[in-house]
Amino acid sequence: MSCSRRDFLKQACGGTLASILPVSAFTFLTNEEARAAVANANVRWGFLVDTRKCVGCGLCVKACKKENEIPYDAPITRTWVERYVITKDGKAHIDSPNGGRDGFIENVINGEEIDPENIAKAFFVPKLCNQCDNPPCVQVCPVGATYQTDDGVVLVDREWCIGCGYCIMACPYGVRFFHPVHKVADKCNFCYHRITKGMNPACVDACAFDARRIANLRDPDDPVTKIITTERVAVLKDEYGTKPHVFYIGLDENVR
Amino acid sequence: MTSEAVVHGVEWTIKELFVYPNEFIYWSIQIVMYPYMTGLVAGAFVLSSLYHVFGQKDLKEIAQFSLVFSLALLPAAGLPLLLHLQQPTRAMEPLLTPHFTSAISAFGIVFTAYGLIVVSEIWFVYRRYFVDQVNELKGKEGFGNMLRLNIYRVLTMGSFDISEEALAVDHKAAKILAGVGIPVACFLHGYAGFIFGSVKANALWMSPLMPVIFIMSAVVSGIALCMLTYIVIMEWKAFRKRRTEGATAAVEIKGAEIDIISKATTYLLGFLIAAISLEILDLIFRGYTAMKSWDILRSVMYGKDFVNIFVLQYTLGNLVPFVLLLLPGRTLKRTVVALLLVLFGVFMMRWNVVIGGQAFSLSFSGYMHYHVPIIPHSLETFKEGLFGALTVFATPFVLFWIINKYVPSLERGEEAKY
Repeated sequence: MSCSRRDFLKQACGGTLASILPVSAFTFLTNEEARAAVANANVRWGFLVDTRKCVGCGLCVKACKKENEIPYDAPITRTWVERYVITKDGKAHIDSPNGGRDGFIENVINGEEIDPENIAKAFFVPKLCNQCDNPPCVQVCPVGATYQTDDGVVLVDREWCIGCGYCIMACPYGVRFFHPVHKVADKCNFCYHRITKGMNPACVDACAFDARRIANLRDPDDPVTKIITTERVAVLKDEYGTKPHVFYIGLDENVR
Repeated sequence: MTSEAVVHGVEWTIKELFVYPNEFIYWSIQIVMYPYMTGLVAGAFVLSSLYHVFGQKDLKEIAQFSLVFSLALLPAAGLPLLLHLQQPTRAMEPLLTPHFTSAISAFGIVFTAYGLIVVSEIWFVYRRYFVDQVNELKGKEGFGNMLRLNIYRVLTMGSFDISEEALAVDHKAAKILAGVGIPVACFLHGYAGFIFGSVKANALWMSPLMPVIFIMSAVVSGIALCMLTYIVIMEWKAFRKRRTEGATAAVEIKGAEIDIISKATTYLLGFLIAAISLEILDLIFRGYTAMKSWDILRSVMYGKDFVNIFVLQYTLGNLVPFVLLLLPGRTLKRTVVALLLVLFGVFMMRWNVVIGGQAFSLSFSGYMHYHVPIIPHSLETFKEGLFGALTVFATPFVLFWIINKYVPSLERGEEAKY
């Protein structure tokens, strides 16, 4: 069969067009349409941490690791507790051994023994994903494997994550890590599988002191929302413009 | 912990003082190699374009070589990313579902576009050679000749017209492609700088100057590697000529070589000055504005990484070769030493950006130290260790050796009519 270049090009163009036609049968939704189709506009999850109530027992970290199947002894964790000890010379000593999983039973911080007489103030700060409104991790994901749900929680699609680590680099709070078994990015999602069924996140249930509480910020009658809206709360690292949604009571200038 | 449950980064990260539990050196040596190799690609192409677009005739021979070498370097620019991915089998996803707010999502597109430009330019430059080869090999006996004939047939893509007009069109097309290629090459690399410069969480990386610094140092390293490889290959040729045809032929090769090297050196120095000025500007600006992060940055730059930044990168990698290249009475040997140092300096710059950017905790209260895995004991410590990096570095030379068998880029004088 002979085929001139002109014919070849003609047929190639025709073939391309013919194969594009069936694609037009799909409907492309605008962002608004897509949102309307799945939206639950009545929910925006938030979190309240009362650092004054935290005693650093580490039960929340234990509960989280078990609930979310994060290898128990692997040095990564979806939530952790930091200990801050400010000595009288104004120096901040900070640590979080095993993410605070086993509590804080030593007087030694980063190899330095702290004299209890020399402590000006000391406190614990639990940390978890801030489920930012402007999440840099979602922005930088090259394949859209990490995304923000309509109720504000940022999730990771384990089937689609390529494991480039860009989201881990982009998070100013250091909440992300590579899951040692699944080999994809992983992070706290407020126990999305639980909260969407009306349950509390595992860490909230495990906390005996009410230091951790979950809130639906769109519900004005939610008791936790009431605290967030009527009392003085702060967020971590607001200078990054991420609009974090984990609110803290009793934050200190030394908190990182 | 089973071997399955090894946390990425634990093997090579040493933490000091307070570091968030999930922080490790996640971007290791392969991410140092990525901008390094991409920079070499971009630089090699810019060098070749100096001849093709701006008509720098004395660069002709090194330009042909740089163009083909830039093609050989191209796969090596993508290789480190592939080796670094935790899910390498999903490497095509950025092309399937690109999420365009991410700088990385454009990689596949820019990389492919650039690859097409390089391949087409080479085709236009060497088309006449392919046709000549087909005509020459026609009717020759033997399996080897048959194979070569068919390879060249495919390479001509059915275009056998080598009339004056057709060749003029080829020439024009190559020139246009080289012209278009310059901004694309700069984009390919500037965008690698953007990947780092746009990470607002990282105090060291975040800077609008990052892409420009990357482009400048890319051109520096690309020119240096092309010059170096060119010198080595030409010296080898001269050495062989000396054995077969005597000293005169060898001297001829050497003479032409020195002219080209002098010219390329001028460009190298120009880009080197631009790169250093921008880097120093960035450093001064950070110190002068002294934002919250400056305390930890200063302790990293002037303390922990002082040797890497000021001794290895700026002094040994920039200042020393600068002086070596500028001092009068430059010899080939001295040039080679200077070029090796320039290449080392640019590598250290990439290292200090990628590893240095992870040398301090996001808490600004602790440090992380990176220990390159030397002897691999698992796939991961091979991929993200010394040997993985060496594999990446060796790849372009092997590829060039293969490509050059069909697209001879090192012919000179009478032989170089293409």
